[in-house]
Amino acid sequence: MRKFLMTAAAAALALGAASASAEAAMDKVKACWTYIGPIGDFGWSYQHHQGLEAVKKEFGDKVETVYVENVLEADSEKTFERLAREGCNLIFGTSFGYMEPMLKVAAKFPDVKFEHATGYKTAPNLGTYNAKFHEGRYVIGQIAAKVSKTGKAGYIVSVPIPEVISGINAFMLGAQSVNPDFKVEIIWINSWFDPGKEADAAKVLLSKGADIMVQHTDSTAPLQEAEKVGAQGFGQASDMIKFAPKAQLTAIVDDWAPHYIKSVKAVMDGTWTSGQYWGGMNDGEVAMAAYTNMPEDVAKMATETAEAIKTGKLHPFTGPITRQDGTVVGEAGKPLSDGDILGMNWYVKGIDDKLPQ
Amino acid sequence: MRLVLEKRPEASAAMAIASPLIALALTVVTGGIIFALRGNNPVDAIYVYFIEPWVALWSVEQIIVKAAPLVLIGAGLSVCYLANVWNIGAEGQFTMGAVLGGAIPVLFPEWQSPLTLITMLALGIIGGMAWGAIPALLRNRFNANEILTSLMLVYVAQLFLDWLVRGPWRDPMGFNFPKSITFSNWQLLPYLTSGIHLGVIFAIIAAVALALLLGRTMKGFEIRVAGQSPRAARFAGFSQKWTVLFCFLLSGGLAGLAGVSEIASVVGQLQPQISPGYGFAAIIVAFLGRLNPIGVILAGVLLALSYIGGEAAQISLGVSEKIARVFQGVLLFYILACDTLILYRIRWQQRLPSAQGA
Amino acid sequence: MDLFLTIITAATPLLLAAIGELVVERSGVLNLGVEGMMVMGAVCGFGAAFLTGNPWVGVLASIIAGAAMSLLFGFLTLTLLANQVATGLALTLLGIGLSGLIGESFVGQPGVKLPVVAGIDPLIPFSVILTAGVSYVLFRTRSGLIIRAVGNSHSAAHALGYNVIAVRYLCVMFGGACAGLAGGYLSIVYTPQWVENMTAGKGWIALALVVFASWLPWRAAIGAYLFGAISILSFVVQTYGLGIPSQFLNSLPYLVTILALVLISGNRALSKRNTPACLGQPFVPDR
Repeated sequence: MRKFLMTAAAAALALGAASASAEAAMDKVKACWTYIGPIGDFGWSYQHHQGLEAVKKEFGDKVETVYVENVLEADSEKTFERLAREGCNLIFGTSFGYMEPMLKVAAKFPDVKFEHATGYKTAPNLGTYNAKFHEGRYVIGQIAAKVSKTGKAGYIVSVPIPEVISGINAFMLGAQSVNPDFKVEIIWINSWFDPGKEADAAKVLLSKGADIMVQHTDSTAPLQEAEKVGAQGFGQASDMIKFAPKAQLTAIVDDWAPHYIKSVKAVMDGTWTSGQYWGGMNDGEVAMAAYTNMPEDVAKMATETAEAIKTGKLHPFTGPITRQDGTVVGEAGKPLSDGDILGMNWYVKGIDDKLPQ
Repeated sequence: MRLVLEKRPEASAAMAIASPLIALALTVVTGGIIFALRGNNPVDAIYVYFIEPWVALWSVEQIIVKAAPLVLIGAGLSVCYLANVWNIGAEGQFTMGAVLGGAIPVLFPEWQSPLTLITMLALGIIGGMAWGAIPALLRNRFNANEILTSLMLVYVAQLFLDWLVRGPWRDPMGFNFPKSITFSNWQLLPYLTSGIHLGVIFAIIAAVALALLLGRTMKGFEIRVAGQSPRAARFAGFSQKWTVLFCFLLSGGLAGLAGVSEIASVVGQLQPQISPGYGFAAIIVAFLGRLNPIGVILAGVLLALSYIGGEAAQISLGVSEKIARVFQGVLLFYILACDTLILYRIRWQQRLPSAQGA
Repeated sequence: MDLFLTIITAATPLLLAAIGELVVERSGVLNLGVEGMMVMGAVCGFGAAFLTGNPWVGVLASIIAGAAMSLLFGFLTLTLLANQVATGLALTLLGIGLSGLIGESFVGQPGVKLPVVAGIDPLIPFSVILTAGVSYVLFRTRSGLIIRAVGNSHSAAHALGYNVIAVRYLCVMFGGACAGLAGGYLSIVYTPQWVENMTAGKGWIALALVVFASWLPWRAAIGAYLFGAISILSFVVQTYGLGIPSQFLNSLPYLVTILALVLISGNRALSKRNTPACLGQPFVPDR
């Protein structure tokens, strides 16, 4: 209880002296995470939690970590407030839906630093961070087109937000760079994590002739279904090779550790500033798992593509790009702007699905 | 030796008060054992869980705000359950209340006057009533089991909201993320203190009004008779169909009010997921409150505490959040078990050789 | 053919749970805790299979877990005469929370699968045999007669000297075992892994199927396969890219269930003949 009362008192004091205190270096940082799902989802939340573990490892005694799982978006405001009041110096919110609650709480606690994953609104003490997942999707598109015998991939998707749509497009552009006639069939399951539904959708896609399974949902079920029937596929968010030793070609691994370590360090040094951080392959935030179960030349091509993306020689969304409706966007030889990608709501040509509007 | 229940000549008044307390005590003991088994100091854990949230004002406000929707919905549900009408789809009625009430700020973002808020609240109530009327009508007209239909309609309502905020009602400036515009000024409930909004008052008024309805009016008598003895109700000329419809409209309307109150305060916009399961948690609240609207207030606060305490325990002790849900289940079990004590006396009895069944 | 098998597989857990609940309701007890027993079966089944490396041990564990949960329900409703609806809901809540707690260390672990021959796992034929067996026992044997008698008029059954409470205990436990097995099917066969809340509402669908089937085992099987077909076909429709909102397609199974309930229950002659008259009523032997 003492700890509780003292932190409450400290928070009150800090509020009073908010404007006076300059950014000072800290000996010890209390870093706090909120996860949308259970850390055992082996996908999105799990990967963020791996980032927390990396921070612990990096800073040892100099950091105190706290996490809250299964924080529902609808009533996350009270969670952020509690974290701020319990003395967290740096609070990470790892779901898009936390945007408004975090904005509100950040305004109330100007001395606490907030970082929001995948959002777009910022404040002096609230920054955003995200990863360029589409870079990895381009690579797996190329692999899919090379490896597939039927020339058709099945793609299981969660919800139609720009991150997911730009992922489908990048996958398709990658695939078309190898095989212009490559086909993809898409099923929306309206959930990020529902193994039963994901398995059902995978079965349907596989039975309709797809021999490559792509997913933008978090469970391992689609990959396991591919393994059952001898098809292949890609892991999502984390390396899922354990679940599908024969089927996984590679996985797009979200590695949040570099960013988390950098942010905690910045708070410790008193150099943290708000901003919008969008890391990609080059920053180590998007990593490819080992290329397995594929011929050597395909692995070589994938490695080269990933390298070209890292060095900036290749951009998945280089103009001109023909959209599904036939209009052309982007200047020749120039990549689309970040804003165009972050707000993407159209399909590229060659995708037969109709985008849910 | 066997356990026998002996019916008391009349319900024990002492036990009516003691039974929830016994249940609570048993839950705390069970909780302590669970904590100890998982390697936490049970005394510390129970302290953080049940006492610490009351120590600071802001935390108390969090409990009260969290309790408000639970009480609003739970009070309506207790009337239903008293009448033997099983509405377990309050979550869907909550959602539809939010959808209909939220239509105003989404479709008419410029309209700002006190009337805006009143219209939103009225539409919220109507939305909940309309969604609640479906299972009632299906039961009355087609004899379809209302437990199942009301539950199925929860999923339908949630998918409908999902479609709205991903499609037609999406914020045009929101980078295609699934959320509506954020509400402002008269589209939001006024706050009484920094943390407590008007929805809390709605909850208290609703609970008191329903307590009066049940205790002091003919309608309340009708409802209780319908629940305790459907035959007697029929002889007395009470329409069973009307009771079913009335209960669903009442509880649906209150759930809808809770829904619109939540989006016009805590959430501040429409988004795919607007409730952490209030509609289902309110079922516990109704039973925990012994199907008495005033009891529901206490029960709502207790359940809110289990959420807030669960979060506090997660933050300061690293205790898993699943414990909160186990607590809720265990608590409800003990409540139901202890309720037996009100009507029955428990005795151990030697098995009689003659009393043999097949 | 593949699609057909997919539908059968999707329907099997529903059928298992529905057949169990059907027997429970035939004995006059309404256990709404199917979801809770199922999810406990899923976690215990996965855990046992994972720890021993033997999927059959997992199957057994899921059955025991479901039965144990139902015993809790039985004690409250049959011995302490608590309200069946509320107790069933409590069982579901408890099951979901407790399974999450038990399963914490199992998440992210690949499971142990049952052997599958030509896409058919052993539980598919078992579920059909179970349906036939239950149908036979209920309508062709003395035990079935007793169960139905207890469900239709517990006072009369009691007067004839049958132990109503004991019969109901056995039926409730059979239902629990079936629900547990259905959960085990999910975590050992269907998607061999443990994920919190992985039953995702299937227990409630099973409850609806019992009403849909008007308490007849073979109709429950038809209902389960129909429901499986609708959920799978809503995905198939999506792949044709017609632009129908996926939310609408995903809500079809629920809407169809409501429609089916309306059609079946609306036919009064049909539902009256088979509805256990004492469904949900506690039995208090007066002496």
